[in-house]
Amino acid sequence: MQLARVIGTVVASEKVAGLDGVRFLIVQPLDKHQSPKGDPLVAADAVSMAGPGEIVYFVASREAAEALEERFVPVDHAICGIVDQVHLGLEP
Amino acid sequence: MKVGRVVGTIVSTINIPLFDSQRMLLCDLLDIDGNAAGYTIAIDVVDAGEGDTVLILDEGTSARQIMGREWGAIRAVVVGIVDQLAIDGELRDVS
Repeated sequence: MQLARVIGTVVASEKVAGLDGVRFLIVQPLDKHQSPKGDPLVAADAVSMAGPGEIVYFVASREAAEALEERFVPVDHAICGIVDQVHLGLEP
Repeated sequence: MKVGRVVGTIVSTINIPLFDSQRMLLCDLLDIDGNAAGYTIAIDVVDAGEGDTVLILDEGTSARQIMGREWGAIRAVVVGIVDQLAIDGELRDVS
């Protein structure tokens, strides 16, 4: 799993079956110091309450399809939690 | 599996039910020279602590097997704490 910051939302009325009611957010992947790293991507929100500005962690690939209430839906990135704190004890 | 080093912890109250009460570690992934090359957030099942060199499993089905579940959005798990690492017969620092 990787850290990301939610930077936007996606609205799509017409979706494949299984994705009804699923929220999609645009997230910017972050490095461990919470600096942007890589390109933004669209992730399904499995916690249903993440919003713009929040730091989240997301899972990619097949596991993303198992994060939502309805399993094995066509999703390749899913937000699994909202981060309260990243504690880097050994980092300066 | 990958060799990593625990550099931090993630605190999260709002998460999918699978991660309730699970310890989440932020781990640097180490290259052959022991330098950090990216990171991953992994579930801890061996009580690893910050600074430990660890063995990270990064595959979903095995991860679910460890968690005793048939399904779930879990992939990276810290499955061991490394005591010794030798490459080409040369011991590497794992402290």
